[in-house]
Amino acid sequence: MTDTALTSGSRPIPWGRIGWLLLLGATLALGIWHGLLPWAADYPKPWVLPLAKQITTLFKASLDTLMPATRAFSAVLQVPLDFAIGLFAKGFPLGPGPDAPAIPRLSWIGIIAAVTLIGHAYGGRKVAAIAFFCFAYLAVFGQWNPAMLTLALVAVCVPVGALLGLFIGVAAYRNPRFDSYVVRPALDLLQTVPAFAYIIPILFLFGFTPVTPLIATVAFAMPPMVRATTLALHRVPAEIQEFGAMAGCTRAQLLWRILLPSAKPTLMIGVNQVIMLTLNMVIIASMIGAEGLGFDVLFALRNQKIGVGLEAGLAITALAIALDRLSQAAAEAKPALYRPGTPFHRRHPHLLLGLAILAATTLLGTFLPAFAAVPPEMTVTTAPVWDGLVKWINVNFFDYFEALRTFLLIWILNPVKLTLLNLPWLGAVLLAAYAGWRLRDKGLAMLAAGLIAFPALVGLWDKAMITVYLCFIAAVISCLIGIPLGVVATRSRWFDRVQQVVVDTLQTLPSFVYLIPVVMLFRVGDVTALIAIVAFAVTPAIRYTIHGIRQVPPHLIEAAIATGCTRGQILWRVQLPLALPEIMLGINQTILFALSMLVITALVGTRDLGQEVYIALTKVDTGRGIIAGLCVAFLGIAADRLLRAGAERFRRRLGIAARAGMG
Amino acid sequence: MALAQVPIGASAEKPAKLSCKHVWKLFGQNAESFLAGRPTPPDAAALAEAGLVGAVRDVTLDVAEGEIFIVMGLSGSGKSTLLRCLARLIEPTAGQVVFEGRDLLKASEAEMIDIRRHKMGMVFQNFALLPHLSVLDNVAFPLAIQSVPKDKRLARAREVIELVGLKGREGAYPRELSGGQQQRVGIARSLAVGPDLWFLDEPFSALDPLIRREMQTELQRLQAVLKKTIIFITHDFDEAIRLADRIAIMKDGAVIQTGTPEELVLRPATEYVAEFTRDVQRAKVMSVRSLMRPANGAGYAGTVRPEQKIAAIAAQVIEAGKPFAVADESGALLGEIAPQAVLDLLIGRGPAGA
Repeated sequence: MTDTALTSGSRPIPWGRIGWLLLLGATLALGIWHGLLPWAADYPKPWVLPLAKQITTLFKASLDTLMPATRAFSAVLQVPLDFAIGLFAKGFPLGPGPDAPAIPRLSWIGIIAAVTLIGHAYGGRKVAAIAFFCFAYLAVFGQWNPAMLTLALVAVCVPVGALLGLFIGVAAYRNPRFDSYVVRPALDLLQTVPAFAYIIPILFLFGFTPVTPLIATVAFAMPPMVRATTLALHRVPAEIQEFGAMAGCTRAQLLWRILLPSAKPTLMIGVNQVIMLTLNMVIIASMIGAEGLGFDVLFALRNQKIGVGLEAGLAITALAIALDRLSQAAAEAKPALYRPGTPFHRRHPHLLLGLAILAATTLLGTFLPAFAAVPPEMTVTTAPVWDGLVKWINVNFFDYFEALRTFLLIWILNPVKLTLLNLPWLGAVLLAAYAGWRLRDKGLAMLAAGLIAFPALVGLWDKAMITVYLCFIAAVISCLIGIPLGVVATRSRWFDRVQQVVVDTLQTLPSFVYLIPVVMLFRVGDVTALIAIVAFAVTPAIRYTIHGIRQVPPHLIEAAIATGCTRGQILWRVQLPLALPEIMLGINQTILFALSMLVITALVGTRDLGQEVYIALTKVDTGRGIIAGLCVAFLGIAADRLLRAGAERFRRRLGIAARAGMG
Repeated sequence: MALAQVPIGASAEKPAKLSCKHVWKLFGQNAESFLAGRPTPPDAAALAEAGLVGAVRDVTLDVAEGEIFIVMGLSGSGKSTLLRCLARLIEPTAGQVVFEGRDLLKASEAEMIDIRRHKMGMVFQNFALLPHLSVLDNVAFPLAIQSVPKDKRLARAREVIELVGLKGREGAYPRELSGGQQQRVGIARSLAVGPDLWFLDEPFSALDPLIRREMQTELQRLQAVLKKTIIFITHDFDEAIRLADRIAIMKDGAVIQTGTPEELVLRPATEYVAEFTRDVQRAKVMSVRSLMRPANGAGYAGTVRPEQKIAAIAAQVIEAGKPFAVADESGALLGEIAPQAVLDLLIGRGPAGA
């Protein structure tokens, strides 16, 4: 095989590399002399497929028939949403008009006490403290009302998303064909198409109702639950399944009484992901009418009110951290050991106490206003401080930021942008195909070529290249920062602890929040987008590097020490080479993270596919949005498949090398 | 030799509880049509040529009521697959599995559920306890899914928990128990429905050697009380010798010999079986019956039974220095056993010890 000839690097002619050089040369030549083959350099306009228009027409045509169904669906979901909003945020009016008597919402003191108790029940004092401080932050910083609106949305989205994900996951588990032909491709698409893009058809079908953001959020937050469900069910030991069969379980008993309870820990990780993604979606959901914290952030961002935006953004983060830790603690909690015959109130002390406090404080709230709503004199705001800080930085350090900005633009951003914009589309497609073929087989070659060609076919090639350019630079910078940080974290304990806290926080922050400080310092434009993307996309590079180095078998390290390697030699000759497949997967994730952030940065004025989606959203142009979204998704899937194939090839090579070494 | 005619084994006269006839399990494409299209059973070469893997090949067995039937084989021999074919956890490619006179492979799903609920129990190598249930609920689980009323099933669960010696740990969760205790729970759970047929799939392989011995003794104690029909899988020949009424030795998916431990030791069918039996202590396996000679006089030092193991009587026979009479229950003289023969066997000399 030419592959082995390539790796051994000896006599045989390296056809693979020659192929690369020839293709690259041809592509560059085409790019430099556009006249050579004009149709191969710039995709000819007449060849563009009018897919976007056709999709829009299709949607418009089907709207009349779908309308009753979507209306009914909305009406059903409206019930729990109204209830949650009433319970947490607005109370239940008993008559028309604003002054009508109402059943009050839950008291804020009661809610804080309840979450603290939940934290204590599942995770002891530590989790209780985290829950308490996060919710107290919401109250003290005057974010209580919007936060409760957001919580109401979460309270409906999470059960709906988790249950829906569970059922789809179970169906996929039971029917492998349904899994591989329907569920997996759909999940891949849902997770790579930017959330903005599928908001558009949802918006189109359901209109501007309070339920629409709910549906979009569920669609966004559900996929990890499906994956967690199928994974968890597949991981149940075969013996436990066989026990179920031997005990004479019916299919339903096997599922509900054996499989799902045994799989609970992994299922709870799925639920945790649903919660986090729901909160991530809060700001995007507010673009199509959701009230709450997301709306405040968006409003502040649009009006350049940095302080207000930051406080609301941090409130989302506080909510996210609290719910994350609570759900993680619940997932890890082991069932308490009660001896049979323990009375109900002894078995559920937290539950009863929590309910009692909620009822008592809410009741008190009808007499004492301080129990019903956070008293204004109790709240503080730091917004002026932040605004002042930004002003101060801009006054004193403007030149430095400007110099950095100009440097990045002139020496890095613009040259790469120009190169990519001049890249002939046919050359890029052929390069992708060649990479697919070299890394795996013809199938991957066709897939890669098709995915890369799609933006050209629909006439979005230039915007796609701007997307690639931003994403590429962001990924490179993220890796340059993230991989060394990951290496340091495996070698220094205190640094590892620090990075864990920072990375955890970065991951719980909704992606919009990254934009706020960056916009203030670098104004709108590509540099701002780049920095925000890097801040978001650097986490997987760090995580996977740490994971890769940690999973190097300890006996190999011992062997290296025993042969007298220095620490540096161990790193460069043993750890890094063996961690390479994981690091490649980290790069892969970094690219996907960058792509998902890219669409959000369209808000700060990039001219890429994200902007195309954003424009489509403001015009509710279904076809345009879907096509642009698909372009982003296809670029992401192409990068994902190629990098995975590369990592796989590396792994195989390491496996072969290890075996040869043993023999 | 005279020994060959002596009928050995408890099973010969009892009816078969479970029997399987020409059971095949082939992995690979079109395995069924491959088997169906042949007048004679295919050999290994023919299977390989068709790209099929023969996990279980043409196995025919009879398991008698109340016996411990052990299937012994090394990993990859197909013993676990055979067990799962007998329990119909996997569908055999061909053959019949007859349980109490009916072909299990023809039973519908509902019938299978009914049979498993009332007539079968199974113990697993890695215990397969449900992590979210207490010991009591784990043991009561098979009854719970049959909707047995709560106090009735908990009472029954307590009963079997006491039987396996775990009284007092009913409220514990599996993760709080040692391996040996977990397997006791597994055993109790499989006994909760009072099964007629008991499958034990390498039940003690995941345990430490000392615990394993203790559990083997425990199983013997239980079986003395319960008298179940047991199909026991193991890769440990010593364990098989210790517990079995009869043993089937498997290799490459086929049963190469079935017999009592004594038969296997005395007359190994192949070199492969002989390899296993070579280091077995003869005195522990062989019975008086197979070492006795025709009675030729009086002056016996005492009387022994024909089914007693040599190891059990060796000391007294050698000490007496005189032959012992061998007599059955009715007192009829069957033959005699000489101290010299016992000594020869113990030190591995003579025909039987070869």
